[in-house]
Amino acid sequence: MKPLAVDISDLGFRYPGQPDLFFAHLDLKIAAGERFGLFGPNGAGKTTLMSLMTGLLPRATGSIRLLGQEVRKQNRSVNKLFGLIPQDFSFYQELTPAENLEFFGAWSGLRRQAIRQRTNELLEILGLSAVRNKPVQQFSGGMKRRVNLAIAVIHHPGILFLDEPTVGVDVQTRHAIIDYLKQLNKEGTTLIYTSHQLSEAEDLCEKIALIDEGKIIVHDDLQVLLSEHRQEGLEGLFLNLTGKDYRN
Amino acid sequence: MYKLWATIVKDVRILSRDKVGLTFMFGMPIILVLVITSIQNSTFNLVNKNKVSLIICNRDTGTLSTDLIHTIDGIGMFRLVQVAKDQDAKAITDRMHAKDALLAIVIPPDFSYQLTTKAKKLAGKALNSFGLEGDTLHAKNGNVDPLTLYYHPILQESFRRSIQGALYSALQLVESKQVLRSLYFAINEKTLPDTLENELLNNRIGINEIPVVRDGSRIVPNASQHNVPAWTIFAMFFVVISLGGSIVREKSSGSFIRLKTLPTNYLVALLSKQITYLGVTLLQAAVIFAMGVWLFPHIGLPPLNMPADLSGLFVVSFMCGWCAVSYAICVGVFAQTQEQANGFGAVSIVILSAVGGLMVPSFAMPGSFRTVIQLSPLHWCLEAYYGLFLEGGKLRDVLTNIIPLFVIIILIHLLILLGLKRKKLI
Repeated sequence: MKPLAVDISDLGFRYPGQPDLFFAHLDLKIAAGERFGLFGPNGAGKTTLMSLMTGLLPRATGSIRLLGQEVRKQNRSVNKLFGLIPQDFSFYQELTPAENLEFFGAWSGLRRQAIRQRTNELLEILGLSAVRNKPVQQFSGGMKRRVNLAIAVIHHPGILFLDEPTVGVDVQTRHAIIDYLKQLNKEGTTLIYTSHQLSEAEDLCEKIALIDEGKIIVHDDLQVLLSEHRQEGLEGLFLNLTGKDYRN
Repeated sequence: MYKLWATIVKDVRILSRDKVGLTFMFGMPIILVLVITSIQNSTFNLVNKNKVSLIICNRDTGTLSTDLIHTIDGIGMFRLVQVAKDQDAKAITDRMHAKDALLAIVIPPDFSYQLTTKAKKLAGKALNSFGLEGDTLHAKNGNVDPLTLYYHPILQESFRRSIQGALYSALQLVESKQVLRSLYFAINEKTLPDTLENELLNNRIGINEIPVVRDGSRIVPNASQHNVPAWTIFAMFFVVISLGGSIVREKSSGSFIRLKTLPTNYLVALLSKQITYLGVTLLQAAVIFAMGVWLFPHIGLPPLNMPADLSGLFVVSFMCGWCAVSYAICVGVFAQTQEQANGFGAVSIVILSAVGGLMVPSFAMPGSFRTVIQLSPLHWCLEAYYGLFLEGGKLRDVLTNIIPLFVIIILIHLLILLGLKRKKLI
């Protein structure tokens, strides 16, 4: 049996001012090396669950373990284990890609030499070498997405959380990003991905979980689920399981 | 340590690329110090250079009014504008409304005659009191019609009082001169010799003005000594706009989410900001002081005399900068939006500087304000700078100001930690 990248058991979360628990008794296990997709309609709890897994939100009950280590706020050893690509651009627009990587590399616990080496490597892979000394604020949306990705993986994380990593980019950039994510996965990084781009998700994810109103509806191999529910694609499966009503 | 270094480098890079922020932090204080010092200096130099225009309407035909006008001119405070004696009150006030002058004096028609009469009466009385026969023939009425002083309402009361004092002194001199002449004539039946008159009336006892300074130097404090330190402190504390806003901006940006998931404590970010902006405040002080020393003399302002204890000056500047930066961080931690940080930051600094004695000297404040004054960190900063710049003190002489400042800094830091804990940022 593969070791677990994420092991969530009996998870409960309480939104401020709400008496009831969201995610009451939620269990989820994601094996190391998986390309896992977490999907659901708006308000289903995807981003909240991701924030709980990365320690950005405090849980009310249960436990979350990443690669065997308990997630707690500002826990240095756990924070070294994963990288996060938030939906928003999470870097300093006034700085160049190289300067951003230098800063975030240091905050990720890397030494100067390692940062320099990894910066050159990542800028080359993601096609940013020619603009390494230009402030990011002059970049296109696609280039900014690549910078966002480079920062998240500078410290070779074991788990990479991706929240809409390709939103607003052109087809070329999307393919380049997805290809690089697959390459990272081959090298051993577990990908935990969430998006509303279901065709892209189909291409990237091997295993998925559908979540709605804080509950996991299904969690299995994508191909198994498609065949069980007699659907040809993820979008059909999604609508089949979550319905067509508007969500807030 | 490398994390801190990388964070400082990041902060310096961001700061150096923020042209508007840099203009705000360096340009505005320079303009502020220049403007305030120029204005204050012009008040200081009122007597010598910037004379106040004074309209004189002399309706008298005698010589004593001319004497009075010469005496007023001799004071050196006024630029006299004599107008025709038939000008009525309306014509004079119209000229004042047109800002031709802020003051006007009307000398009444019989001024010389009445003053001569009064002088003779006083001389006669004096002789009688000595047992001599005095001339009382012309002493039926000893009153002199008052002069009329028109003033523009924009003149502040304190300034008006000092002008009134100068005019009374001129009037007193003319009156005394005339009494003396009458007395001399009554006794000697000849006019008072000019030399004796000069000796009696113009040979006044001088007043030596000595600034009480610790280093024994007798450099007279000037507008620069007063204003440059005061407005340097103001500039340092105004870093709240840039730094407080930068913290709020960072907290609400996407980069902050990433920072919270990295294996580094947020306190490193705040420590870096503290070090970076402390450097900024010290640079602000250096630029403003250098301007006072080297630029001011070239633009007609008095030069800033640096204190003898330069290491003491560095320590005081360091403490002022540290306090300013800590205050800005505190505002940034508690503010939810950039508007809150900027609005509260700017208004609170203006209030703290007013309370701290930067705008009105603290010795002029009412007793009930004394406790409040001590709560303003700017007050302790100002006292420490004045101890060095005006009193010629050394570091040990201003320790009594630095210690309360240090206590305030510690309290601000405790507040920052409380804010960070409450907002779950550490």
